[in-house]
Amino acid sequence: MIQLGIRDLVKYPFLAETGEYLRDKGFNLEQLGHPDWKPIVEKAYGRIVVATTGQIYGSAIEDFENMDSEILSFVIAIVLLKSAGIPTLIKRFSLSEARRAERYLQRDLLQKKNETKLELPLKIMQDLFSVKVMTDKEDFVISVSDYLKRAVQFHEKEWKLINRRVENGFVFLTAHETVRLIRKELDGYINSKIQAVNIPSIPETFRERVSDLSLLAKKFSEYVIVSSDYPPCIKHAIEVLDRGENLPHSGRFMLATYLLSKGQTADQIAPLFKNAPDYNERVTRYQLDHIAGSSGKGTKYSCPSCDKLKSENLCFEIPECNGIINPTQFGKKRTANV
Amino acid sequence: MFEKNVKLVNDVFKEYYFKHFELIHVPTRTSEREFGYQKFNEGMTRHLSIKDDKELHLLLMTQVPSDVYCSNAYYSFPNLPMSEKDWKGADLIFDIDAKDLKLDCRTSHICCKCNSCQNIVKQGINCSVCGSTKLETISVTCKNCMSESKKEVVRLLEILTKDFGIQKEEIKVCFSGNEGFHVYVVNSDYQTLDSRERADLADYIMFNGIIPETLGMNKQNNSKSTLPDVNERGWRGRVAKEIFGSKSKRAKIVQEVISGGYSVFQAKLEDWRQEIGVKIDPKVTMDIHRIFRLEGSLNSKSGLSKILCKDLENFDPFSDACLLGDENVEIIANCPISFKLKNKKYGPYEKEKITVPKYAAVYMICKGFADIN
Repeated sequence: MIQLGIRDLVKYPFLAETGEYLRDKGFNLEQLGHPDWKPIVEKAYGRIVVATTGQIYGSAIEDFENMDSEILSFVIAIVLLKSAGIPTLIKRFSLSEARRAERYLQRDLLQKKNETKLELPLKIMQDLFSVKVMTDKEDFVISVSDYLKRAVQFHEKEWKLINRRVENGFVFLTAHETVRLIRKELDGYINSKIQAVNIPSIPETFRERVSDLSLLAKKFSEYVIVSSDYPPCIKHAIEVLDRGENLPHSGRFMLATYLLSKGQTADQIAPLFKNAPDYNERVTRYQLDHIAGSSGKGTKYSCPSCDKLKSENLCFEIPECNGIINPTQFGKKRTANV
Repeated sequence: MFEKNVKLVNDVFKEYYFKHFELIHVPTRTSEREFGYQKFNEGMTRHLSIKDDKELHLLLMTQVPSDVYCSNAYYSFPNLPMSEKDWKGADLIFDIDAKDLKLDCRTSHICCKCNSCQNIVKQGINCSVCGSTKLETISVTCKNCMSESKKEVVRLLEILTKDFGIQKEEIKVCFSGNEGFHVYVVNSDYQTLDSRERADLADYIMFNGIIPETLGMNKQNNSKSTLPDVNERGWRGRVAKEIFGSKSKRAKIVQEVISGGYSVFQAKLEDWRQEIGVKIDPKVTMDIHRIFRLEGSLNSKSGLSKILCKDLENFDPFSDACLLGDENVEIIANCPISFKLKNKKYGPYEKEKITVPKYAAVYMICKGFADIN
């Protein structure tokens, strides 16, 4: 059993132990509504504002006097967010807090010589995310399957297993990579904690900042610019069929799901396959209807991801593909209104 | 397949299943698997649940399938529709097929059959009789195809054991019954990987998606690049062996490789992928709902059995997996390629009436090279 100190709670305020600590100290929501606690409410609001700008909130953890206010600002931030009920803000806050915790986890992992310090980050990863991290000289190692389950969420090439040192069932990582690997889960965990919080009513002194959050959220509406160009994988598939060459089943599936997602009908798509060496009108029609969900069990199939297409040798990446994870996103530029 | 051919092949398959119950067993965790089968000229029947060997043998005798399949996946309810099965996990599976190895020998033993008039031509894009472009490629497998496929299996096994830490006892290699091998991994660590995760695993095995930085190349500053050593484990060591061969010339080769620059190195990665990447079919490995040919069953593309290879090196599919009867049968063969079964050479035949053992007759009929007389 690891004994958590107050410093640990400042670093990782999302742990269950935070609630126990605050209860033991006698804090409750009603009490925090007193005007004397206004600075903490401001601190909490500031913590949210920092998160919404994509920054990481930095706590002064060396300053012992501020420890309680650091922990309370996290808790009150959750109360404010929950009362405002705006998913975009909750999403941005949980991601920012995940990145903040990631920084501390990394710092704790790097203090490997001090085994007690190492114990907490490893326990957090094991208990909250079921990832068993072990050490091997200067590196951290996790099992190949644990690695894959997390790394496939990343689209940067360096996270592909082939770009990792893999030995005897384990993947070797630096402290930074180890914690980066669980960022999404950390984010999901903090998000789920916020979702699970139930606040019947909030003190009057919180209301002003709750309305400010609604104004803040308006900044984050997105608009999308759409271009009508086909992505290179789709162009390639159409060219192959035009030349009367054989396009593998997976390529045909990609083409059909892509065009269906762009609003084309099975009638409009079917003629594309006429040149295929094994073209059969009835079979083509049946398969298109099946993919579109208009026959069979009614399941509508989606266009495969870029990752999947890469593995199937159907990807012909060009610079414009940068940042997309599915061909259907090609040509869409998402711009935040800030 | 023509009806008269179906009758013969059906009878021969039934006889095989009756005589070889000892080769056909349900896999472990039977009640959690989905089974399926096909009959000649009929569609697939799947979403079946089978409880033991006895029930399986009964199905083989009553239905006489052309092909029998079993899921690599485990489900709570294997006989319900896919969306209701409740997927629990799946064995890792790999398919290595000689046709994917781009071997030089292939051109000497493939030909085309016209889907319109059934004419067989050695090569071409049009049928020499009716001019149709709808040609289907048919191949027989040669000794070279098999020995090259075995090499791929050996390289796959090395990665599975050394890189992925899978024990040899958890791996099973089977001849596919046609032109390659199926490899199974029964290891709880890898069973719960989903399709995307398996795709990345497949990319690793195929040496797909490697970036120059992984092998020590520095994009910004060439001179800071450091290439891997032959003693390293994993792909870095394998690439080092590919680059250096022996250690003696290392310094000179390092200089040559690095001075070529980042983009030249990147282009070389593609060459190495062809050379050292293991040529598995990624679609099979990624598929977590596949029903895969059942061990011990016959492959309707050849009449050969999908059979466990206890000793891969000495395994001879043309004898060890050729288990049909040898009574003589008269057929009309139009087989422009010769092939060997049970150490006997057959063909080429040009629309000839011939008498051959059942196993050779079925092989040619299944390939589309012969009809029953």
